Amino acid sequence: MLLALATVFIICAITFFAMHAIPGGPFNKEKALDPATIAALNERFHLDKPLLTQFFLYLKNIAAGDFGVSLKTGRDIGAIIKESFAISAKLGGIAAAAAIVAGIILGCIAALTRNRLPDRLIVFISTLFTAVPSFVLATLLLLVFSITLAWVPVWSAAERHYLLPVIALAMYPMAYITRLTKTSMLDALGQDYVRTARAKGVRRLLVIFKHTLRNALIPVITYVGPMVAYILTGSLVVENVFTIGGLGSKFITSISNRDYPMIMATTIFLAVLMVLANLISDLIYKAVDPRITFD
Amino acid sequence: MKNNENGMPMKNPLSLQIDLAKFAPATEEEKRQQDVMSESSSFFRDGMKKLVKNPLAVASMIMLAIVLLVIIFAPMIVPYGYDQIISVEGKRDKGAKNLEPFAWSEMEQAYIDKGGKLFPHIFGTDAMSRDYFIRCVYGARVSLFIGLFASLIVLVIGVIWGSISGYVGGKTDLIMMRIVDIIYALPDMLIIILLSVVLDSILSSNNTGIVARLGSNMISIFIVFGLLYWVGMARLIRGQILAIKSNDYILAARSIGARPGRIIRKHILPNCISVIIIATALQVPSAIFTESFLSFVGLGVQAPMPSLGSLANAAREGLQSYPYKLVFPAVIICLIVLSLNLLGDGLRDAFDPKLRK
Amino acid sequence: MNETILQVKNLHTSFFTDSGQVMAVNGISFNLEKGKTLGIVGESGSGKSVTAYSIMRILADTGRITGGEILFRGEDITKYTERQMQKFRGKRCSIVFQDPMTSLNPVFTVGNQLMEAIMLHTDKRRGEARERAVEMLELVGVNEPRKRLKQYPHELSGGMRQRVMIAMALACEPDILIADEPTTALDVTIQAQILELIQSLQKKLGMAMILVTHDMGVIAELCDELIVMYGGRVCERGTVDEIFYNPRHEYTKGLLRSIPNINNMKERLVPISGTPINLLNLPKGCAFCARCDNAMKICLERLPDEISINENHKASCWLNIKDMLAAGKEVEERAER
Repeated sequence: MLLALATVFIICAITFFAMHAIPGGPFNKEKALDPATIAALNERFHLDKPLLTQFFLYLKNIAAGDFGVSLKTGRDIGAIIKESFAISAKLGGIAAAAAIVAGIILGCIAALTRNRLPDRLIVFISTLFTAVPSFVLATLLLLVFSITLAWVPVWSAAERHYLLPVIALAMYPMAYITRLTKTSMLDALGQDYVRTARAKGVRRLLVIFKHTLRNALIPVITYVGPMVAYILTGSLVVENVFTIGGLGSKFITSISNRDYPMIMATTIFLAVLMVLANLISDLIYKAVDPRITFD
Repeated sequence: MKNNENGMPMKNPLSLQIDLAKFAPATEEEKRQQDVMSESSSFFRDGMKKLVKNPLAVASMIMLAIVLLVIIFAPMIVPYGYDQIISVEGKRDKGAKNLEPFAWSEMEQAYIDKGGKLFPHIFGTDAMSRDYFIRCVYGARVSLFIGLFASLIVLVIGVIWGSISGYVGGKTDLIMMRIVDIIYALPDMLIIILLSVVLDSILSSNNTGIVARLGSNMISIFIVFGLLYWVGMARLIRGQILAIKSNDYILAARSIGARPGRIIRKHILPNCISVIIIATALQVPSAIFTESFLSFVGLGVQAPMPSLGSLANAAREGLQSYPYKLVFPAVIICLIVLSLNLLGDGLRDAFDPKLRK
Repeated sequence: MNETILQVKNLHTSFFTDSGQVMAVNGISFNLEKGKTLGIVGESGSGKSVTAYSIMRILADTGRITGGEILFRGEDITKYTERQMQKFRGKRCSIVFQDPMTSLNPVFTVGNQLMEAIMLHTDKRRGEARERAVEMLELVGVNEPRKRLKQYPHELSGGMRQRVMIAMALACEPDILIADEPTTALDVTIQAQILELIQSLQKKLGMAMILVTHDMGVIAELCDELIVMYGGRVCERGTVDEIFYNPRHEYTKGLLRSIPNINNMKERLVPISGTPINLLNLPKGCAFCARCDNAMKICLERLPDEISINENHKASCWLNIKDMLAAGKEVEERAER
């Protein structure tokens, strides 16, 4: 808990000071701004004050939900994040859910049919997909299914087709979860308490789902945090490839535009989300495994 | 004679016909022959045997060897440069844009018709009339170099940090591991992006020497790996050392007055070397992934230097017309990462079954 | 009271692993009578635990019973369907495992796991099952049973957990209890308590028991009859007195020599030299001959038959046959099954 807060603070600090380390300051790049704007910006970002004071003022503003305005569009960044994150959250949420559900099911099937055809097939596919970067997968999916075969329409603001982007985002975590579930399931199946359950006369299915799965899922839960991080960073490219106007593509655009306040705000926002995800996965972990106690 | 289920002949009912000589004591030699134990072999040879028996690991080693050979020798054979616009008889060939694999431009065709000899464009050419094959080869070189070098950085920092923390223990360990915890919690990809943006601005102003050659983004990848990615390795090493430290031979070494540095080098590191190798082998593909991701986002190596990620990114422009331009670098990335992953898995299974997680 | 409840005939069990067929049990036969205790001793890898698991049919995935019969009240349970086995396990025959630390599921409460065993084999509802669980915990000497029900296994000590395991095994009053090294993983002080508990409960409930152990002391205390196993085969069998005071197999002699004798502390302990045999590659002769001081040429070539020493004692060792031949006695023919 304390660690999470510390992490957020450090991220804010890194982001802030990194941005201020850029030569010439973030606000007078090549574009010649008129003195009035510069004065307004200086006023807005308290650039006339010492750096440390600026930092704490910035923190205060963020805490109040005020991220400043975008250099490119002049719009309030808080509003941009809010509207674009709605799309990203839906996309990422579906992808995460799909990855977890499919990964666990496939992992269980693989563990239970060890060394037989379904297992080999699942292992082959999951190994393959852990080697495909999400941007390659996204571009290939777009090329094959939207352009060449034209089965799934290209994304547009009016018609949102989540299928392909979700596949592109979910494939890697799914493959990872599959492998994780399989190994931990096999591990759990070999444990003494599973033998105890069988010796009690518990039905095979119940042995698997009551006694084994819950233990086997503990390592999977610890992967939830990293998975959210992966999906969020993955959404940067996937949204870009599918031209989805979510937070990810906004971030990429702001990078290529060198829109510093926007980069700063998005980085901090995404980082907080990731830290939050880690925190939540820790909490679930503690809830599932009674051996871990709160301290 | 009846056979039972195992196919072993049932013993005859006993009779007095048994040769009484058989009741003589057996020699030690004879007894030893009975003792068919599985032959003992060294840890390393045992692991190698297992590795060679793993078809996936062998296939990936062959795959990597092929990739390495191509990367090393192709630039010597193919008469094109990665940043060189195709020219025929000293003249720039503007028509050699976006050629299909093994196709010729009009100028080249005319030259060949005259009896000249040209090297084929195995992967075609790109939008700027450069040979795509050699660009992919250089891209793979860059990606692999980044992967290896970044892993090396991770290895060095992680091993040093982890072994000090694990060996010294106590308060030092606590503080060092708290730092690791905090760094571990930082979202690495975001920091890389951030740093790339910043370093890009800072470093682009002094375009000299190594920075210009590598490109600011490559440097920032290395910096970030040096700053962030070593923590996993450090944790691993610390855990190993704590486990080894409790062994009695460390106590013995200390009791005869060996210094800590010597104990770490001579006694502890050799014992966790397999863990280190495996973790490094699995680090390489992750670094390659990161690099290709950054290149794809536009924060990759400096143009005209290609990397597999930036090639794939550039290929998106004419995706409908020239899909193969995406396919080539994408397939190369996947092949490299896949074989490295499989090799790492194979090494792990062969040398350290306990690490299977 | 001489009712035979369990009959194991020529049992063969193998594990099919990547490196080959591990022949863990190679033709074990024994009878278990109601209310009696049969001890199975042998060092690790002698196939004693595998025999126990074969009776429950709870072998690991790679393990299979490859031959023989296991007759429970005359019915061959190796031919039971999985469904029939589920009714057999826990209800007819229960097992207490070696390591109480890992044998309880860490993510469920003690009560949950106890009540599961009870509800599986009776039509008791939750409330009744809970009462029964409390009753069982009291029976095995767990203090504050109601509080324990709500606790997780990691909150209990090793001895406490083994008591819970015993309570779980006995919850449905099985006819047979298999105790697979029930005290090996426990502190010495707890061991005696647990053994006493098992013995008293066995008397109270009138169960037959199979006690698997490598501890000769435990055997002497609890068992009526004894089987000594090596390399998946029976070396020697008989009453405890016969085997302790008149061992007729070199392996049994070795085992007895390697335990301290309280009456003669000056006597040196003699360990059995060498390592247990490799079950992947069973020799064609006696499995023990490579480690046997008195091995003969015939030991290397042929398996010895089981010879009756007297009505309470049988052994499979060529030395006995040699002695009989030397004494000019007709060696009885082994009754082929």
